[in-house]
Amino acid sequence: MLIKHSGDIPSSEITPEAIYNSRRDFMRGAMSVAALGVGSFAAPGLMAAPTNIGDIEVKGPDWLKQQIASANANKEKVTEALTPYEHITGYNNFYEYGYDKTDPAAKAHVLKPHPWTVEIAGEIARPGTFALEDLLKGITLEERVYRLRCVEAWSMVVPWVGFSLADLIKRVEPTSKAKYVAFTTLERPSEMPGQKSSFSTIDWPYREGLRMDEAMHPLTILAVGLYGKVLPNQNGAPLRLVVPWKYGFKYIKSIVKIEFTEKQPKTTWSMIAPDEYGFYANVNPQVSHPRWSQAEERRLPSGLLRPNIVPTQLFNGYAEQVAHLYKDMDLRKFY
Amino acid sequence: MSAFWRRVCIFFVALIPFAFLVYKTLANQLGADPAKAIVLYTGEWAIYFLFITLAVTPLRRFITFNKIHFRWLQTHRRMLGLFTLFYAILHMLAFLVFILGLDFSRFGKELVERPYILVTIPAVLLLIALGVTSTQAMMRRLGKNWIRLHKCIYLIAILAWLHVFMQVRSSYFDAVLFGIILVVLLLPRLYLAVRK
Repeated sequence: MLIKHSGDIPSSEITPEAIYNSRRDFMRGAMSVAALGVGSFAAPGLMAAPTNIGDIEVKGPDWLKQQIASANANKEKVTEALTPYEHITGYNNFYEYGYDKTDPAAKAHVLKPHPWTVEIAGEIARPGTFALEDLLKGITLEERVYRLRCVEAWSMVVPWVGFSLADLIKRVEPTSKAKYVAFTTLERPSEMPGQKSSFSTIDWPYREGLRMDEAMHPLTILAVGLYGKVLPNQNGAPLRLVVPWKYGFKYIKSIVKIEFTEKQPKTTWSMIAPDEYGFYANVNPQVSHPRWSQAEERRLPSGLLRPNIVPTQLFNGYAEQVAHLYKDMDLRKFY
Repeated sequence: MSAFWRRVCIFFVALIPFAFLVYKTLANQLGADPAKAIVLYTGEWAIYFLFITLAVTPLRRFITFNKIHFRWLQTHRRMLGLFTLFYAILHMLAFLVFILGLDFSRFGKELVERPYILVTIPAVLLLIALGVTSTQAMMRRLGKNWIRLHKCIYLIAILAWLHVFMQVRSSYFDAVLFGIILVVLLLPRLYLAVRK
């Protein structure tokens, strides 16, 4: 299926194409050297490699590195400048490691994301506990460059490497009772110091969920890589959800359980503050949040003298692809 | 050390957090979201200076060992209070300029929609009033009313804590810590008031 990028992007946001392409060519050039070693794994026509940050080394098993290196490059034209790797990996919320945005980068190295298993349960014909390697077997990864809008009114443009969640869902054969998908993050206080804090408002483990049609949507992916490399621990290694038309807190990280349910599952933030965070959490500049105006966003990195403040778009600019999922719903009520 | 040199020392020490912020800004070390970093940093220092200012009286009244005492701090309380005002104003300006981009229609909307911002308005106005009336001449002119007016610092402190508490999101740590410090600073005053 063709995934179209929609929405007008103001000229201020656009990286001149020549510069963008030249940078990509440079990255591809650097990548093709690395790709020689894994060429035998890549089928013909799949040689286009994802955006790569050069010689930065991210730890991970060789099979995963090879699979990420042979991922298909992003198919759609990207007109917005990518957020630099250092900011994506150095500035984010991952409360399992602490409540400061620099905590994940400082503390996540303790986590051992391999070996990793994911329990898939609930209303499906083929439940079980699967090794990550088996989950990814036979799957061709692809790069998806998406906008990421945090509910705190900042945003980034991120080149994920992952695969369509729908592909996984079809393999486990959901029954007719499967109306929702519930996700759970790892709970391992010995490696996740934030889970030891007695001041935390979060009832661990972190939980998130999607409606079945949202989970099956072609834009929804499970990411295992970033910038052509293995997903770093602080960004949710080894497996995280990416739902680009929703606020970032829906993108549950380090997933250990996927359960198919008939009833709408409980989700962490809506349990803490139901008046602030709903189940849907679709990006919507019209629906204000008690803490932050959602009308605009700071596209990071945002300078001081040249603040990069851009208007927030309905469904984060993916309205053309996803608005139909919510056509009879009051988005103010189902925020 | 004479009072003059103590004053000079305290002045420059109190400017260190500001100098550090200027350095980090110029050296591009504020991370991906410098606007938010500056707002958080100046807000934290406004609260720290508020605590330091409020600590003067209890230190002076209750802490004396042999020759160690804090009576000399009383002379410098005004400057500490003015630094509270300084960092609070920086905090507010940083929010107005870097977060709202000086869009005052958005500011009005923020006040209506976000009570945690609204509570800072009386706090800042009162803090300015205290700053303006902090001179010797004003003290003489206001007489007994000066003390009444400057008791507003307790209200300001409670509003500042409320501003933090209302923003609790993933952790109660800051709100609890600041609350305990505030109680420790205010209880001795209650004790003094009751004993009278």
